[in-house]
Amino acid sequence: MAIKFPSDEWVKEFAAQINGSKAYEESGKDWEGDWIFIVEPDDAYPKTAYFFIGLYHGKVTDAAMIESEHARDAQYFMRGSFTTWRKTIEGKLDPIQGLMMRKFKLKGNLTKVLRYPRSAKELVNCVKRVPTEFTS
Amino acid sequence: MWNFVSPRVVFGEGALDVLDELQGQRALIVTDKTMLQIGLVDKVKGHFRKAGIEVHVFDGVEPDPSVQTAQRGAQVAQDVKPDWIVGLGGGSPMDAAKAVWVLYERPDIEPAAIAPVGELGLRKKARLITIPTTSGTGAEVTWAIVLTDTEEKRKMGLGHPENIADIAIVDPEMALSMPPRLTADTGLDALVHAVEGYTCSWHTDLTDGLCLQAARLVFKYLLRAVSDGQDVEARERMHNAATCAGLGFGNAMASMAHAMGHSLGGAFHVPHGRAVVLFLPYTIEFFAPQAPERFAELAAFVGSPNAGDEKAARTFAHQIRDLCRKVGNPTSVAEAGIKREAYESQLDKLADDALNDTQMVTSVRTPSFEEMRQLFLYAYDGRSVDF
Repeated sequence: MAIKFPSDEWVKEFAAQINGSKAYEESGKDWEGDWIFIVEPDDAYPKTAYFFIGLYHGKVTDAAMIESEHARDAQYFMRGSFTTWRKTIEGKLDPIQGLMMRKFKLKGNLTKVLRYPRSAKELVNCVKRVPTEFTS
Repeated sequence: MWNFVSPRVVFGEGALDVLDELQGQRALIVTDKTMLQIGLVDKVKGHFRKAGIEVHVFDGVEPDPSVQTAQRGAQVAQDVKPDWIVGLGGGSPMDAAKAVWVLYERPDIEPAAIAPVGELGLRKKARLITIPTTSGTGAEVTWAIVLTDTEEKRKMGLGHPENIADIAIVDPEMALSMPPRLTADTGLDALVHAVEGYTCSWHTDLTDGLCLQAARLVFKYLLRAVSDGQDVEARERMHNAATCAGLGFGNAMASMAHAMGHSLGGAFHVPHGRAVVLFLPYTIEFFAPQAPERFAELAAFVGSPNAGDEKAARTFAHQIRDLCRKVGNPTSVAEAGIKREAYESQLDKLADDALNDTQMVTSVRTPSFEEMRQLFLYAYDGRSVDF
């Protein structure tokens, strides 16, 4: 059954997919850094949504939909419109291409992020496996 | 939404004359000592003199230029204050020139932070000209910068679309002095750009045609250029092939053969073109079971009609090995002269560096760590990939 995006249930399923991925475990084995993903309103969705995903050595330590970008400590913040996130989740937009085209904005150590291209790719593979229903 | 970025490309016999009409005060040529010795720096200087532009030279670029070299060049630029920076040579001087330019304009950023996100704000102090003297890297028309981290013995893929050259001068006369070995290595680099640009997951309608034509030109003219360096037609077509491939892959991406080649080059100093083409057939065989179609299309385009299946993709891998043999290039790591013991002692690092190379992001099949180790081992022995 499809899970509504954005929702706490959705991000928890995303976390479950990551924690079930051997490929992510391997590629992110040295990664230390928590993320906050920010879904910004656009014509397709009227509100701002915030997701926290803690990532440490190839596993998710915690995942939750949160109230604001200040609700948790994180080292990386990635923001994009609802439609940009939707395209990424549907596999239509590579997030690195999205960053290059400024569809996504990243706050954090970009140099470090770019040293983990395989992890980024595996996270996209995980998100594509979440059965998602897009609210509007 | 995607970009296609390109310099103004001036190409063909006499292209260097475009420098005669340039406006400016001072130029800094970023190059290597070989370019000085064989007179190509003087040739370029002569054109700048016609334009009334004062010329300074930084000739400290080594093969696989280091971060420190780029920083030294940027310091020279800060002293000279050029309004034109010129990358003259093969991929190393052109990449170094791009980095020198960025660091000259933006002394506040670290070389490792030159990434394709946000704005750099270039062209406030200078503009960039690239003049290739080899036919293969495509660096004259790409924004990619490869620098070596000498401490970690790792090549770093850097660059920002803004740091693409303003003018690329693709004059075949500048490539006439290339020896056969360099002609082969660099020409095969162009082939890898064409193949990976056509088959990576970031390919587009705007890049496909450039990649196809570049591949066809390499298959048709490389052997002639290697066999007879004074074959002007072959030289010119190979010079064009390199630029076409550069525009093609530069606006798409390279892929796993580049990732593996960067990894090998960082550890064992194998020339870039020789390293990447060595791995190309193995990566094609690895991709073939899951994504054979575009490799089969390339095979058909270079003259082997086929059914578009895995077998056709594998045939294309054999065609590439065959071309390598004809021009005297190794088709295995062992043939490249690397000792097994030294290679195996570095195997985990080779696999890890390749998997974490930025080019891996466009790979149409992602290997696990163990699969990557196996790919390096198969490539050492020259075994066709069967997994």
